[in-house]
Amino acid sequence: MADVNTAYAIEVAGLHKSFGKVHALRGIDFAVPRGSVLGMLGPNGAGKTTAVRVLTTLLRPDSGRVVVEGYDVVRDAAAVRRRIGLAGQATAIQLELTGRENLEIMGRLNHMERRSVRGRAAELLERFDIADAADRPAKTYSGGMQRRLDLAASLIAEPSVLFLDEPTTGLDPYGRLGMWAILRELVDRGTTLLLTTQYLDEADELANTVVVVDRGEIIASGTPNQLKDQVGGDLLEFTVPDRGRLDDALHAVVGLSDAAPTVETDARRVKVPVGNRGSTALIEAVRRLDAAGVETENLALHRPSLDDVFLAVTGHAAEASPDGVAKVGAPS
Amino acid sequence: MTAVAEVAYTRSRPSAAQMARWAISDALVMTRRNLLVWMRVPAYIVFTVVQPVIFVLLFRYVFGGAIHAPGSGGYVDYLMPGIIGQTAAFATFATAIALAQEATKGVIDRFRAMPMARSAVLAGRLLADSIRMLIVILVIIGVGYAVGFRFQNGVVGAVGMVALAEAFGIAVCAVSAFVGLAIKDEESVQAFGLIWIFPLTFVSSAFVPIATMPGWLQVFANNQPVTLVINAMRSMALGGPQFPLNPALWESVLWLAGTLIVFIPLAVRSYRRVG
Repeated sequence: MADVNTAYAIEVAGLHKSFGKVHALRGIDFAVPRGSVLGMLGPNGAGKTTAVRVLTTLLRPDSGRVVVEGYDVVRDAAAVRRRIGLAGQATAIQLELTGRENLEIMGRLNHMERRSVRGRAAELLERFDIADAADRPAKTYSGGMQRRLDLAASLIAEPSVLFLDEPTTGLDPYGRLGMWAILRELVDRGTTLLLTTQYLDEADELANTVVVVDRGEIIASGTPNQLKDQVGGDLLEFTVPDRGRLDDALHAVVGLSDAAPTVETDARRVKVPVGNRGSTALIEAVRRLDAAGVETENLALHRPSLDDVFLAVTGHAAEASPDGVAKVGAPS
Repeated sequence: MTAVAEVAYTRSRPSAAQMARWAISDALVMTRRNLLVWMRVPAYIVFTVVQPVIFVLLFRYVFGGAIHAPGSGGYVDYLMPGIIGQTAAFATFATAIALAQEATKGVIDRFRAMPMARSAVLAGRLLADSIRMLIVILVIIGVGYAVGFRFQNGVVGAVGMVALAEAFGIAVCAVSAFVGLAIKDEESVQAFGLIWIFPLTFVSSAFVPIATMPGWLQVFANNQPVTLVINAMRSMALGGPQFPLNPALWESVLWLAGTLIVFIPLAVRSYRRVG
């Protein structure tokens, strides 16, 4: 049933989905306000893609309620499909066809009038920087261009809610930045966005709210900043070149915050959790170390990354992917 | 759940007539898409056309001399309806492979999340493949004419033969669509295609008179659907007492109808289950 007055573009309550004995989703709840961005963060196999497939009417949930733009994804699947866009890791682009042909075909399959399809395709090609290559086969495009074309295809009918399953996986850094810029612009125009990602910095960069998914459950949620506060806020860190002065350094910084400093003797490194009073604590530390006459190196204040969040809530390590971008991974 | 919302909801649901118009339009858009892909890849066109042409030349000039065919027109007249039937059956490899690719690449998922008609992917594939098949059949008939083949039974017979070949091809396409969507792996699909299409086309009356086969094989060859279809096609193309039209024609029609009734729903079901 349509309830057009709801403030939420997506509402998910008690969502369960199993494949045989595998419980892909074990009771997921979240809501995405209109015009905001939800980042769904988690390692491979956490259930992100299953969730997106249920939300986009591709899979029936075992139990629970999923409402998109006021329509139930099971009972009113057709109405949901008219309002959403989906782009994923797999592209729906037909590589033998030109960019323009791909967009026009998608527009026609979304039941747009021939004339409005033509205009809309031209507009998207222009906006996504594909206009110069519009009439070349898509197989001649770079990876980033193909991904932009695929995103354009999912936007042809101007969906109000867009689902993106790992939109930048496999793109080079330049391609990722280009994609981020496009997504920010979309959100500025009022599109509600749900994106899944394994990349911590991507969720940090784009999402208003992040839900961390692990083994089919949401294990943490909040704004990126709230999640970071959850692991203890800022961390003051420095090393002492002279091992003999390590104890003096430690004495100097005791009492900077409620939390006790920790020492890694081998690395000659001192860490002080300082909560949310980072800058004040930093100035105070410099003053005290100077007064004690202790020489230090690499004195700095670290904001915890979503990496730290993931480690804190799951106990899994976050691992580096081959392309050097930090991402969350299951323990090996 | 307000009354206003109910009205908005009801209005947004399209009528049955609108749904039917969309289903037709979606199927035609998909057909155009599939044919465009075919036409954009020159190698693909060449292979789909050249392969049956090679069969024509091979059987006409290499094996033909050793095969004694019934009828007045010699082996080339006997051969051509067989080659055309075989071409229709072989064309379905492409159907199965294309659908398997689309299923594994996630393309079908994307289509299913769009408001397009559920039937469009399958309908567009079958329609595009039957148009492609028709073009190839007409090219082969042209090549056949160049190497001595002649229709002996008038225009109506010739058109009837092509129509039956198309119907046969569409029925085999339906089987292939099911296989492609059920197996979803390009190479397995190809291997499986060889297993069932090869014996059915070669152990039939397509290339040699069945009377030359050993008795136990004749039992299978005489009664399997490809033989029935090709016998009916041959009768329509050549006429004459050696090639009686019935019961081959009505038995073929029963087989084709049965195949479509069984495999179209199976293909639709595996389409729904993709992913």
